[in-house]
Amino acid sequence: MARQFVLPDLGEGLTEAEIVAVLVREGDVIQEDAPLLEVETDKAQVQIPSPVGGRVEKIHVEAGQTVKVGAVLVTFADVESGAVAAAPDRGSVATPPSPAMPPSVAAPPSAATPPSVAPAAPSSRSGPVPATPSTRRLARELGVDLRAVLPTGPGGRVTDDDVRAAAARASTPARAAPPRPAPAAATPLAPAALAPPLPRFEQWGPVERAPLSHLRRTIAERMTLSASLIPHVTHFDRADITDLDALIRNNLEAARARGVTLTLTGFLLKAAAVALGAHPQFNASLDTASGELILKRYHHLGVAVATERGLIVPVIRDVDKKPLLAVARELAALAQRVREGKATLDDLRGGTFTITNIGALGGTGAIPIINYPEVAILAVARAREEAVVRGGTIVPRLILPLTLTFDHRVADGADGARLAADLVRLLEHPDQLLLEL
Amino acid sequence: MVMGDLLREVDAVVVGGGPGGYSAAFRAAELGLDTVVVDAGKRLGGACLFEGCIPSKALLHVAQVVHEVERAKEIGVEYGEPKISIETLRAWKDDRVIGKLARGLDGVALRRGVEVIGGRAVFEGSSALRVEGDTPQKIVFKHAIVATGSLPAVLPGLGSGTAGVMDSTGALELADVPAELLVIGGGYVGLELGTVYAALGSHVTLVEMTDGLLPGVDRDLVQPLARRIDKLFAAVHLRSKVAAVREAAGRVEVQIEGQEARSFDRVLVAVGRRAQSTGLGLESTRVQIDERGVIGIDERCRTADPRVFAVGDVTGEPMLAHRAMRQGRIAAEVIAGRASEFDNVAVPAVVFTDPEVAWCGLTEREANEANRPVKVARFQWAASGRAATLARSDGLTKLIVDPESGRVLGVGVVGPGAGELIAEGALAVETAALAEDVAATIHAHPTLSETFMEAAQSLLAGG
Repeated sequence: MARQFVLPDLGEGLTEAEIVAVLVREGDVIQEDAPLLEVETDKAQVQIPSPVGGRVEKIHVEAGQTVKVGAVLVTFADVESGAVAAAPDRGSVATPPSPAMPPSVAAPPSAATPPSVAPAAPSSRSGPVPATPSTRRLARELGVDLRAVLPTGPGGRVTDDDVRAAAARASTPARAAPPRPAPAAATPLAPAALAPPLPRFEQWGPVERAPLSHLRRTIAERMTLSASLIPHVTHFDRADITDLDALIRNNLEAARARGVTLTLTGFLLKAAAVALGAHPQFNASLDTASGELILKRYHHLGVAVATERGLIVPVIRDVDKKPLLAVARELAALAQRVREGKATLDDLRGGTFTITNIGALGGTGAIPIINYPEVAILAVARAREEAVVRGGTIVPRLILPLTLTFDHRVADGADGARLAADLVRLLEHPDQLLLEL
Repeated sequence: MVMGDLLREVDAVVVGGGPGGYSAAFRAAELGLDTVVVDAGKRLGGACLFEGCIPSKALLHVAQVVHEVERAKEIGVEYGEPKISIETLRAWKDDRVIGKLARGLDGVALRRGVEVIGGRAVFEGSSALRVEGDTPQKIVFKHAIVATGSLPAVLPGLGSGTAGVMDSTGALELADVPAELLVIGGGYVGLELGTVYAALGSHVTLVEMTDGLLPGVDRDLVQPLARRIDKLFAAVHLRSKVAAVREAAGRVEVQIEGQEARSFDRVLVAVGRRAQSTGLGLESTRVQIDERGVIGIDERCRTADPRVFAVGDVTGEPMLAHRAMRQGRIAAEVIAGRASEFDNVAVPAVVFTDPEVAWCGLTEREANEANRPVKVARFQWAASGRAATLARSDGLTKLIVDPESGRVLGVGVVGPGAGELIAEGALAVETAALAEDVAATIHAHPTLSETFMEAAQSLLAGG
């Protein structure tokens, strides 16, 4: 019994992925859930486990190749019975979803949930996917590949609801991800089309051209989107964290005994969650289409992590509801998964506010760009001992520079100043923060 | 740039004022882009309005009136022989039809703030072009849309430049009505213009290289037209080639292969159209042009040059005004940052002969060539009440349907009014309707549109 495995719908408007490594060889007999491929999407590097057990008959892709959703990756032979129905041999690309598979047939791949096979559009795979022009437009706007949508309409027609369902599956729990802006013109990187053409640099000396990685491209597009769409305003503040630092030092060993490394970032996360609770407009998204502010009743905070491949922002869920040690433990595990390229898409989405700590690399401050479609982002630089005047005496204090950048459409300078002041108060008075933990 | 040159900076410059060009320009202006059109004739409308669709349909209307009057004899109404005033006819075509529509387009351009600049556009790289002509200037653009259309194809040996030999543009000028006209090419242009001249009194001879009229179109759709053309034209030579064309004593002598040389008053060469992409300086951009002069584009009408878009005939087949208009809107929307693309399934094609032939989506021939299984339903107009009342039972409506899903993949119609009827077929194919949807939609009785429903019902008869 042979069947083909295609690149499933990765969700979140992702339409393609780069094959990083092929972990099996033709002829290998593998178990269900055994690692099959490593792929890098715009969001993460993920391992795709085998949906079935059987013999790898043919591998259709190689490392370094970029493949679209729906492309055949691997053909299996001698598939263990009971797994899935055989693929129709009429040149069909994908097999119908099997009753044995979990219902979320196009769920994003993650370490926890093995990706199942993308459903086949019934009948002919050649030619256009049956859908009305307005449905096709909706799919384009939501970044949904029609070929990977399970059709429910008569005669295999994809309906608006099918498209929205596919988009919702790929989105955060709250609402669909923002549609990707259509690139304005031909170059793969949208902004380039709007920029004036580059001069011939070769006329001044030798140059080298290096292709952008998926991640780099995504960062470029996201930052351009955010910077060009959102009127950014930035507020500066400083927190005296001498006491907090002492508290961290005094409890390092106790925490370590419980398997947790106490860090400033852990306290920052908790403090931010508390402060955001009092300033809900900063834990929101602006829906320009409906003219509404979407206030989120959950506090999933993203933390910017620098990796060799580029900036990645994993998300810690429900920071307000979790104890400090749990947050710190989760942060450490998440950062490690991200650095090892093992983060899942679920690790990376659904954030409501982002914190970036650039202290490790020095500097005296930075003005971050908002992580669209969030409303605000907090950057902290390296804390330094400074000479501070207290009651007429100069005392050494540990000062942490904070920068809060936020969307001026949603909040005004005074609102941002109040949020920053609350944050500073919590960081300067860990005793007050303790009351909230 | 030399001192004194005009310099303009725009968001979008459209090169060519035909249907693709003006659709693009109007849509771009609507979306807030500062847009200008450069057109060699300093006018909007292009080949479609001035030397194609519109004048040919105006003349075909005349042909239809003449034929209706002839047919009326059979049902007891007689008017006598028609007297045709060629001057009145030409003036009506030029002023009341073309002139009126051209003024309408100019009015739209004015209201949308789209300036039409007269002159020849020559690209100077990917961000500027110069306009040569009465008002030489340089235009610096963020995006350009090439919509330069097509020209009648010229084949060597077919007497190009010989007096008495004309192309479709010349034929539509209607200089006179030749007693003996030879039409080279049995495609839609040759058949439409041959029909016009035959109705005006010419003896029309037609030469076609392949073994049938309208090559590529399903034979059952062509057959009723072929029967009509056989009666209307003096002679139709299929599988025939013209070997030589030369001027002889004020007439045109033509050698058709395997026949004796004959002379005609005029010869119409109608062997297709070719993309017009030369002389535009496109070699200074990254635009890719193939050996037929066709500009390569993707589904968003983007060329290989990120700043240059192309729409319409210059991007190849099907060279149809309505395709160009849709592309024009898409190009403008993509430039404005919208998620538009040319994902159309059905591009209807209409031959405005009598009877008309129209089709859209998958044809039976294409299905056969691709070995794709289809179900075909045919409804002969002999069984249509409306066709009987019109004394026109020479029609056929056919549906090409996916056997598994019952989805309508293609529609073909031949008969009077087929060009209007095909709109419903295009809607069905584009919206992925099922034959059942068509069968269950009430069509007014008695109309020719019922034939579409009847064909769909015949497919479901057993189910």
